[in-house]
Amino acid sequence: MIALLRRDLMLAFRAGGGFGLGLAFFLIVTILVPFSVGPQSDLLGTIAPGVLWLGALLACLLSLDRLLALDFEDGTLDLLATAPLPLEAALSVKALSHWLTTGLPLVLAAPVLGVMLNLAPSGFVWLVSSLAVGTPALSVIGTFGAALTVGIKRGGLLMSLLVLPLYVPTLIFGAEVARRGAQGLDPVTSLLLLGGITCATIALMPFASAAVLRMTLR
Amino acid sequence: MTLSLRDLAVARGGVPVLSGVSFDVAPGTALILRGPNGAGKTTLLRTIAGLQAPLSGQITGAEDTIAYAGHADGLKAMLNVAENLTFWAEVFGRKDISEAIETYQLEPLRDRLAGTLSAGQKRRLGLARLMVTGRPIWVLDEPTVSLDAEAVGMFARAVTRHLAGGGLALIATHIDLGIAAQTFDITPFRAMPDDRSGASDEAFL
Repeated sequence: MIALLRRDLMLAFRAGGGFGLGLAFFLIVTILVPFSVGPQSDLLGTIAPGVLWLGALLACLLSLDRLLALDFEDGTLDLLATAPLPLEAALSVKALSHWLTTGLPLVLAAPVLGVMLNLAPSGFVWLVSSLAVGTPALSVIGTFGAALTVGIKRGGLLMSLLVLPLYVPTLIFGAEVARRGAQGLDPVTSLLLLGGITCATIALMPFASAAVLRMTLR
Repeated sequence: MTLSLRDLAVARGGVPVLSGVSFDVAPGTALILRGPNGAGKTTLLRTIAGLQAPLSGQITGAEDTIAYAGHADGLKAMLNVAENLTFWAEVFGRKDISEAIETYQLEPLRDRLAGTLSAGQKRRLGLARLMVTGRPIWVLDEPTVSLDAEAVGMFARAVTRHLAGGGLALIATHIDLGIAAQTFDITPFRAMPDDRSGASDEAFL
């Protein structure tokens, strides 16, 4: 498992690995929002939690295409399926490496971008914690979507359509935590629900992903 | 560890291609599969490797014992030769890649990125991967594609040594490998068109 994680991270950081793709997209979206909405700082502050969460979600979605497709094309998935490592474990590792290369940089970049969107000072802690708790669910659900569409040429559109509804609960509660935090309300309940969603997806989704992948490999 | 097939039927894309296939491969022996293009060699090998379920019949001795090599080599273009091999060795819980490097004469290419290798060199690396898995059964689908005569010789030596060590091999190929092995022609086992499983049209007639 560690070998797979190390290889995936090594590939992500080498040229053409796609590290930074999600981060760059996130930066572009949040930098462009003040231009399109206008410079009213109170309005920007109101929409900042939602915009940041939406940007993070779309950035995650953008990088899902490559998550399994590259391994499928060069035959690695076939060989992994015959390896002693259970497919469930292999896909969990894939999701983890996706989070480390996409989700984690988003979490770390969010406070800087919060400043650009005039996020209320009390909101920063909750924005970062909601992204830290919520983005793992995005990676795990995304792995399921990638497994479902891995054999399909140009499956990106189909995958987005399949994955987006599954992303909605995480988006609702994640943005809610950030919004309540920014307004000075108590965000703990939403954060707990968000954590519950993440825990449930991490526990269950790898089994669904592996079952689906076994079918698509046929 | 004997690999046995009993009355196996396999399908590709829902269409049955082979039925009634039975054979045994004993330790220390190899079996060469022959058949024209589209006869179902790849489908049969993928079924034996556990990548798809058989329509009917039994496969014994294939649980966690198979190293499969298909048309694609599972190499990463941005990793070098040694990194690719080490990764697969670690996935199979092993470390030593020196024997594989030596057998397929990959030493001069050790630090080259896999993406910069020629087709034949990639294939040699893909076959070297089998040696680092430590699995007793090699299931090989057209292993000699794009290999030159010298590399085919390396491959034949690797298989011979694998068999001498008690391993066994199942190889689908069109050329003569120079390995002492039985040949099994799958052409007579082609599935009849009305032999599809789950076709219950008769019930409505």
